[in-house]
Amino acid sequence: MTDASLTGADARTEVPLKRRLRRAERARQVKALALVLPLLVFLLFTFAGPIAGMLWRAVDDREVRQVLPQTVAALADWDGKDLPNEDAFAALASDILAARAAGTIATAAKRLNYALNGFRTILTSTARNLKAAPERGAAKETLGKINAAWRERATWTTIKDAGGPLTGFYLLSALDLTRNVDGAIIAAPPDQAIYREVFTRTFVISLSVTVLCLMLGFPVAYLLATLPPARSNLLMIFVLLPFWTSLLVRTCAWIVLLQSKGVVNDSLLWLGIIDQPLRLIYNRFGVCVAMTHVLLPFMILPLYSSMKAISPAYMRAAASLGAPPLTAFLRIYLPQTLPGIGAGSLLVFILALGYYITPALVGGAADQMISYFIALYTTETANWGLASALGAVLLLATLLLALVYGKLVQGQQVTGGMKN
Amino acid sequence: MEAGMVTPAPALVRFSGIQKTYDGEHLVVKNLDLDIRKGEFITLLGPSGSGKTTTLMMLAGFEVPTQGEIYLAGRPIKNMPPHKRDIGMVFQNYALFPHLTIAENIAFPLSVRKIGKADAQERVNAALRMIKMETMAHRRPGQLSGGQQQRVALARALVFNPQLVLMDEPLGALDKRLREQMQLEIKQLHETMGITVVYVTHDQSEALTMSDRIAVFNNGIVHQIDKPAALYEHPVNSFVAHFIGENNVLSGTVETVDKDYCRVALAGGGAVTARTVNVSGAGTSTSLSVRPERITIVPGGASSDGPNRLPATVQNTIYLGDHALAVLDVSGNAEFMVKLQPGAHDSLTHGADVFVTFRPEDCLALDPV
Repeated sequence: MTDASLTGADARTEVPLKRRLRRAERARQVKALALVLPLLVFLLFTFAGPIAGMLWRAVDDREVRQVLPQTVAALADWDGKDLPNEDAFAALASDILAARAAGTIATAAKRLNYALNGFRTILTSTARNLKAAPERGAAKETLGKINAAWRERATWTTIKDAGGPLTGFYLLSALDLTRNVDGAIIAAPPDQAIYREVFTRTFVISLSVTVLCLMLGFPVAYLLATLPPARSNLLMIFVLLPFWTSLLVRTCAWIVLLQSKGVVNDSLLWLGIIDQPLRLIYNRFGVCVAMTHVLLPFMILPLYSSMKAISPAYMRAAASLGAPPLTAFLRIYLPQTLPGIGAGSLLVFILALGYYITPALVGGAADQMISYFIALYTTETANWGLASALGAVLLLATLLLALVYGKLVQGQQVTGGMKN
Repeated sequence: MEAGMVTPAPALVRFSGIQKTYDGEHLVVKNLDLDIRKGEFITLLGPSGSGKTTTLMMLAGFEVPTQGEIYLAGRPIKNMPPHKRDIGMVFQNYALFPHLTIAENIAFPLSVRKIGKADAQERVNAALRMIKMETMAHRRPGQLSGGQQQRVALARALVFNPQLVLMDEPLGALDKRLREQMQLEIKQLHETMGITVVYVTHDQSEALTMSDRIAVFNNGIVHQIDKPAALYEHPVNSFVAHFIGENNVLSGTVETVDKDYCRVALAGGGAVTARTVNVSGAGTSTSLSVRPERITIVPGGASSDGPNRLPATVQNTIYLGDHALAVLDVSGNAEFMVKLQPGAHDSLTHGADVFVTFRPEDCLALDPV
């Protein structure tokens, strides 16, 4: 048989072969899909859905549009340079009367008050004092009389901005930005500009906790990977034990230990090392200690798995080639644990970013992280828009970090290991 | 050392009264005395658990002798950490650093010795040329085949010109053909570079192929240290005779001892004359050892007669290409092997009665097994 005839046979059967392959693979693919379908559906409802909902709420702005539809329509063509025309005033009066009858005025008042402090009073007082629809052409005057704020341009730009259906207002607020009366983006007034600081604080605390976890976890992981099995199993149980304890219990245990009449302070006083109790809790120190403790296993386990894969022969080889122990560690061992360090650090950092209960219990007012504010806006003030915007910013920042990490890891991927 | 003997070149390595135990109960190495000369290729051969690898690890510095002292170029090194010993080592699984390229792996011993960049680069290039892998300098170990990884490990252990190179079953993970090729390459390197090599293996044919001298280990004891040919021709006891090469065993009792030769009555009937190697005297039991290629088969009823002529029954014949084997039943040993020229086995049929003969000097009377 010659080469040519073989190639010819190949060429003849190529297309049907591919189709046959696809057909054969399809059955397996369908089966595989069927197996993962329950999880996919579950994730869709519990993960993708809520996240999409959150992102949507961060830009969704329809409250004012629903309560004051004619006003929003009348303001659509308004250039914002001067007070709007008489039609807009008439539309507002008519909207307010309708809203009062429907009892929906508070919804719009709440939303407008976010953008302009005191708007709630303007709107409710207007609603209270507007007895009937003003006469044709007199709407401007009537409203102006009821509340002087209607003669201000800012009042009207606020309504126009809030007219929706989409808005950047919450996202801007989450970054301490706002729009001025002319629609330009400017820094928010200092009394409202808190979120950048909170984000910075969140990242600083998370980073500190990650570094602490790495410093404490590395030696433990090394021990775990190198001790003989019996002892390393025991150590592993000690590492995992806190893992199985409730987060709340562990955090409260730190309160017992660190409070001014707690175990640590009492011992130090008794030993005569200090004269008066140290402030160990309800400050940044307490937050970092408790969070490090809670998150330590997330650092140790990835480190352990990467160290377990490093054969002791590498260190022996390094020694036989003339490397003193420290050199061998820095040049041979450490580089091989980098994937574990990266995975553990990313895991701890991202988990720390979302911490809420621990800082709330053992932190002071200046140690609350972004989750605290998200929780505050969802549960206390029901400002879903801002809560979602803060969440969206946090999500974006985290995704960016994960992306950077992915790039870094890809850049220095170690191919292959020891052949055996 | 006996008076009047010429003092040989001083040993590069001397094991002196070395004992090693891991659990405090069993000695893995029992009282080892071993001299390794400069420039020689010595193999520590033995079954697994015989103490050969432990001996190598003590020399490398990864294990500490429980008792005794090791001297390297006259200096005691028992308490010297491995990185100061200046001993290159090739590991069983190569232990190439997976995060470094081939060139970086080979440069590692040079860079930890703070050798200048240009000089180091030159030596790395020379080492790569030596293993014929110049084009793969920037690959990582994971991208190489087993044989290539082995070459890199070898280059890395040699590049810093260590006074001694240790190899711990370096070819164990390779297939047969590649292993034989690497054996020759390592042997050639040893000869051209004049390095001293201590090689550990459990493969006796590998040991015979490569070594200047072989130390046969068993149960923590060195049974014999000698040149490959001497080990094969003159084993000092049954263990060495069994471990090196093929071997037929016949057990019997010593009847008379006459200087170099003794007469042995076989347990399965018959008597032969054998060379006295390791027997306690007349009346004691012994194991006779005869190599398969030193035996001749003569047809039944043939008239030739000699001191060692035993009746045999053909069990089986095995054709092996370059030679053939006949399996016979001789004096109670049903697996008595005789090596034949290919084709010579055709005349032997199963159950045929024949005779085997061998010269007294080819039959060794050893300690009973």
